[in-house]
Amino acid sequence: MPLTIPREEYMEQGHTACAGCGAALSMRYMLKAAGPKTALAIPACCWSVVPGEFPATNLKVPLLYTPFAAAGAAISGLREGLDAQGKEDYNVFAFAGDGGTADIGLQGLSAAMERGHNVIYIMYDNEAYMNTGIQRSGSTPYGAWTTTTPVGMKRDFKKQNKKFVADLMIAQNVPYVATATIGYPEDLERKISIAKSIKGPKFIQILSPCPPGWYHNSADTVKISRLAVESKVFPLYEFKNGKFSLFKPSKTARLTDYLSLQGRFAHLKEDEIKVIEESVNERWSYLLKKEQS
Amino acid sequence: MTGNEAVAAGVKLSNVKVIAAYPITPQTTIVEKLAEMVANGELNSKFIEVESEHSAMSAVTASEMTGVRSFTASSSHGLLYMHEALHWAAGMRLPLVMTVVNRAIGPPWSIWGEHTDSFNQKDTGWLQMYCETNQEAMDSILLGYKIAENNKLLLPVMNMLDAFTLSHTSEPVEVRSHSTAADYLGELELESKMDFNNPAGYGSIVPPDGPFMEMKKDMRDSMYNATNAIKKEITTFNDLFNAELPGLTENFMMEDADYALITLGAISSTAKYTIRKLRERGQKVGLIRLYFYRPFPGEEIVKAVKGLKGLGVVERNLSFGQRGPTFEDVATAIYGRVDVPMRNYVVGLGGRDVRVKDYELMFENLVEGNNEIEWVNVGAK
Amino acid sequence: MPFLPITYASTSTKILSSWRTSKPVIDYTKCTRCAICWKFCPDVAIDLVVDSSLKSPNEKFSSLEAPSIDYDHCKGCGICETECPFGAIEMVREEE
Ligand SMILES: Cc1ncc(C[n+]2csc(CCOP(=O)(O)OP(=O)(O)O)c2C)c(N)n1
Ligand code: SF4
Ligand code: SF4
Ligand code: SF4
Ligand SMILES: [Mg+2]
Repeated sequence: MPLTIPREEYMEQGHTACAGCGAALSMRYMLKAAGPKTALAIPACCWSVVPGEFPATNLKVPLLYTPFAAAGAAISGLREGLDAQGKEDYNVFAFAGDGGTADIGLQGLSAAMERGHNVIYIMYDNEAYMNTGIQRSGSTPYGAWTTTTPVGMKRDFKKQNKKFVADLMIAQNVPYVATATIGYPEDLERKISIAKSIKGPKFIQILSPCPPGWYHNSADTVKISRLAVESKVFPLYEFKNGKFSLFKPSKTARLTDYLSLQGRFAHLKEDEIKVIEESVNERWSYLLKKEQS
Repeated sequence: MTGNEAVAAGVKLSNVKVIAAYPITPQTTIVEKLAEMVANGELNSKFIEVESEHSAMSAVTASEMTGVRSFTASSSHGLLYMHEALHWAAGMRLPLVMTVVNRAIGPPWSIWGEHTDSFNQKDTGWLQMYCETNQEAMDSILLGYKIAENNKLLLPVMNMLDAFTLSHTSEPVEVRSHSTAADYLGELELESKMDFNNPAGYGSIVPPDGPFMEMKKDMRDSMYNATNAIKKEITTFNDLFNAELPGLTENFMMEDADYALITLGAISSTAKYTIRKLRERGQKVGLIRLYFYRPFPGEEIVKAVKGLKGLGVVERNLSFGQRGPTFEDVATAIYGRVDVPMRNYVVGLGGRDVRVKDYELMFENLVEGNNEIEWVNVGAK
Repeated sequence: MPFLPITYASTSTKILSSWRTSKPVIDYTKCTRCAICWKFCPDVAIDLVVDSSLKSPNEKFSSLEAPSIDYDHCKGCGICETECPFGAIEMVREEE
């Protein structure tokens, strides 16, 4: 049977991600599309540990570890350093968590995109600071339990809505912006390939379910990723040369199908789910309008 | 040529390929000058107009990692903002050079000279050099790359010059010959650079039983062991360019001195002037100027202070709750080897003048003062 | 040269089978060789092999590349079982 994604692996076995890690799939797919002529920068996040301890590394591309806030600056430096040697045909990727992207690294990301370096910034979005043990980030959705938004007597789960970094990048008019998730590897591959073909800055946000952080069964990682799209919680969209297009899934799912598989939402009462539902719908119509305008 | 212009000229001589910098007074004119040189095609370098100093250091760390000579400059709050990234550059063993125009740290705001900014970075694994003149500021860039890129060292170099007194003040500077400089430095050949044929992780996590301590020890050993190579390199540099760089330290009228001061940077010039004056009056006084602060020139100091009756360590920075760091480092270097009464003088914070009469007072105090730390030119006197 | 913090060695020699509480077992008589399990394994622990000795639903499939679990690297997440459209994979509890 023909394979639907490239056969070549640039991520080796033996890494230290948890069983069922969505971010490991993100890396695996990203590198398949990126290929061997790729320099990678990874700031502090799960993936600064996952490749393995000294003296090992599980990636078949050079990987520069950087400070937490430094992914945007590091890819700028890698790009200019390579270009200064005439190596314009090498790809430069950042692979950063949602904390390193939406929070501490946002300034560096925004500036790198604004300067217009020929780079691809991948945000693997597991919707919290997982490496430090599940603390909320700007990208954590409303309603989620985390260790810094614990559900005590006062029902102090995260009360703020998710910050959609891809939207910010569109607002900045970055030449190519996309959202993706690991449940659709072919779509993810396609988006990385498009990103590679465009000169200038590119940004892709990949929803990457995290079994320990979302309190879900490790077997459900891929399923949850698809449910996120089918329930419209995590819409897939592309912004290319100023044109916005929204993916409308042929199969739809109820919001509760998505929420009920995840312990981080287990505490939610009906009215609280309603709040989520409303904001999901509101966002969907906002995106539809965006597509039409 | 102002100090900042001299620095830019030094960068041009060094054939730097990537520059990333963020403006801050009094470093700004370095950034402007370099941007202008790149725009004119005078300097064939990439110029990354970063949005912060943390990004400046992170960007040049990454570009240097690809194997090209890279440069940045900062001051004061900008330098503090880089602190994390400074460790990263040194820990990755990257031979970067950066210029620091020394400026005070707020609050309250002050844009004027003192050394606290770079003293706060002395433990980051960077070599540190303090310039006395604009000529030195230029030469130290070239020398800095030469030393940093030595395969046995591979540590970054921080060059300091004082705010305004050097950065914005014109002095005669001889621009070194371009072709000689190009031959002297050559192209950067970084063996540890990113290699696509042999992909690696650069900075992977090391567990407690892994070689983390060994790597840190190697950094420290490399820096310590570099002193001979640095001295040799300075001699070569002086011969080649007909230059007058001192050694790790400069001894001024120390041969028969009874009392001496230790200084760093531009304030040393006034100290020398004062010493000449006092010598005319028959006082046996001298000066040790520390050109290098990291690696710390302990052996040079031990040799120079033997036989002194009093040694004053002049400190243009501050440590709260302890004496100044230079005093501490000098005391540590001579401990158990030379017995000299020592005093510590805090001077010139926030751009405060350090005048001839201040140095006179320090020498007076050395002869008859008490053992307390002394504040010079402070408060109602 | 200084002691550099640079890592080259591969991680594929690391054996991770102790991470598992259950392991995926493929029933080749149900396996259509669609490679979906291969595609979704986060640990790159499913190889595609041509092995005519493996059973198959019928002749047609026996010459195709079949999935083969690499038990040294499988962490037992169960994604392959969830994603197999043909119910050909079953998670079996590891013996203590
Ligand atoms: C400057 C700095 N602050 C804090 C940390 C601690 N830290 C390391 S990873 C991390 C969270 C990372 O979260 P995210 O970017 O979402 O990646 P994830 O761990 O979820 O994969 C934090 C807070 C750090 N390494 N550096
Ligand atoms: S905590 Fe989550 S993101 Fe991190 S390695 Fe584990 S599964 Fe992956
Ligand atoms: S997913 Fe199922 S049917 Fe497809 S190859 Fe794997 S085991 Fe066989
Ligand atoms: S159980 Fe998980 S790790 Fe093991 S083969 Fe299946 S998908 Fe891969
Ligand atoms: Mg995260």
